[in-house]
Amino acid sequence: MDLVFDWFRVLYDETGINLPFIYDGYDRNRMIDGFFTTIWLSVVCLFFSVIIGVIGAWLQGSSFKWTRRIVNGYIQLFRNTPPLVQLYFFYFAIGTVLPKVENDWGGQSPILGSFAWAAISLSFFAGAFNVEIFRSGIEAVPKSTVEAAEALGFSKLQIYRDITMPLAIRVVIPALNNNLVNLVKTTTLAYAIAVPEMLYEANQIWSDNVNVTEMMIFMLLAYFALVGVLVGGMNRWERAMKIPGFG
Amino acid sequence: MKLTSIKTLATALVVSTLAMTAATADVLDTIKERGKLIVGVKADYKPYGFLDSSGAIIGIEPELAKDVADKLGVEIEYVPVVSSNRMQFLEQGKIDLMIATMTDNEDRRKAVNIVDPNYYSSGTNILALKSLGLKEWEDLRGKPVCGIQGAFYNKATSQNYGAEIVAFKGTAEAYSALKAGNCAAFVYDDSAIVAKTNDPEWADYEMPLATIDDAPWGLAVALGEDGFASLMSEMIIDWHKSGRILELETKWGVTNTPFATAMHDKYK
Repeated sequence: MDLVFDWFRVLYDETGINLPFIYDGYDRNRMIDGFFTTIWLSVVCLFFSVIIGVIGAWLQGSSFKWTRRIVNGYIQLFRNTPPLVQLYFFYFAIGTVLPKVENDWGGQSPILGSFAWAAISLSFFAGAFNVEIFRSGIEAVPKSTVEAAEALGFSKLQIYRDITMPLAIRVVIPALNNNLVNLVKTTTLAYAIAVPEMLYEANQIWSDNVNVTEMMIFMLLAYFALVGVLVGGMNRWERAMKIPGFG
Repeated sequence: MKLTSIKTLATALVVSTLAMTAATADVLDTIKERGKLIVGVKADYKPYGFLDSSGAIIGIEPELAKDVADKLGVEIEYVPVVSSNRMQFLEQGKIDLMIATMTDNEDRRKAVNIVDPNYYSSGTNILALKSLGLKEWEDLRGKPVCGIQGAFYNKATSQNYGAEIVAFKGTAEAYSALKAGNCAAFVYDDSAIVAKTNDPEWADYEMPLATIDDAPWGLAVALGEDGFASLMSEMIIDWHKSGRILELETKWGVTNTPFATAMHDKYK
């Protein structure tokens, strides 16, 4: 392994192509940390945004006027504002007015750190789109199917869980796929509030080594590969969920 | 017929290449033609380069830049830069000259033409709550420490003293994160921190550690601009000789630094 690392150091000396995140132990560790932070942030946001989407779409069909209004207000607020502004808003505006807790070094710090705020903010952002995506799926389920379920004595929750949702899921997969891909890419914004994800670490490395070009190329390829894996997984899922004769 | 057209094309190509090299050969000609010197300065680094209440960039470095423009007999335009883009702006020709609190080092000399002698110098220190009672750099081990993206001492602070660097884009974000308690301290240039500790709003904060990495600052022009570089070299010597730097420090409320005093004595 050391041989490989040394080879990249020689590459730098010989050609000027500087990839310190391979040959320099310190830079390598922070790149690896950044990679896992990106994955972890993406997974957390994917999970919660889908949950928000499913629950939001269900509440949208509520018979209470105010429940529907609140869900719509949430969608408008989060869909019509830039995610970077939302991040700053949560971290600098909401974060500073929340109660503080005693920290390890004898001072007072906010109850939530930058990672938590990034996860919350991006989940709500993508969740707003997911609500609309799931609504489109629910509306695509034929009314007669729901009426048939009602006639068989299913409760409202049972219909949503066992009839509408399984059919709706199959309709929305392509749109959901799109939104989740976007979400993974949007996690790069978290670097504005110092979440140590991949782009943040890359920025640190290029600032120390003045190798902007190499890092930019690496970032592009890294995200291409990362999102490629997600898309591949979603496509497999889509095929596995296929019901002959539906959709 | 065909051959002639190829020849004409080739000649045109050579001539245009020559013309292009001639045009980019000396940025001084471009500046004079344009009638304006474009300088990259900091806009968030009090008192070296910051915004006044009307939004104009003022401070020690903008005044130095103005001296250069006056000497060339042209107008001046300030472009605000940050640590992570200042060298790129110079490489891309977005600015002619960069005076942006940049520490001089070998790697940077490969990317831009840093002019000798150095015009200023500063070291690294931290701004932290007095109540934390930090004494040594080692006290930062394992604690989150705010920083600025692109600052060279981030790596050293985390590598040598084990601090977890939380780096932000600009100083405003870093100061507000420090104030909110997201970090135990803010690692930054001592020259800027001194100015902050004099600010009544930051009365609870101090600069408790011994300054490390005292390093000279370099102003820079793009690589290959040797004519402009030698002119700037004369300018810097002149600033040291006439005591202009000391005068500006006093004007902007900075105690005269040992470096500026020593350089003044050297060239006097």
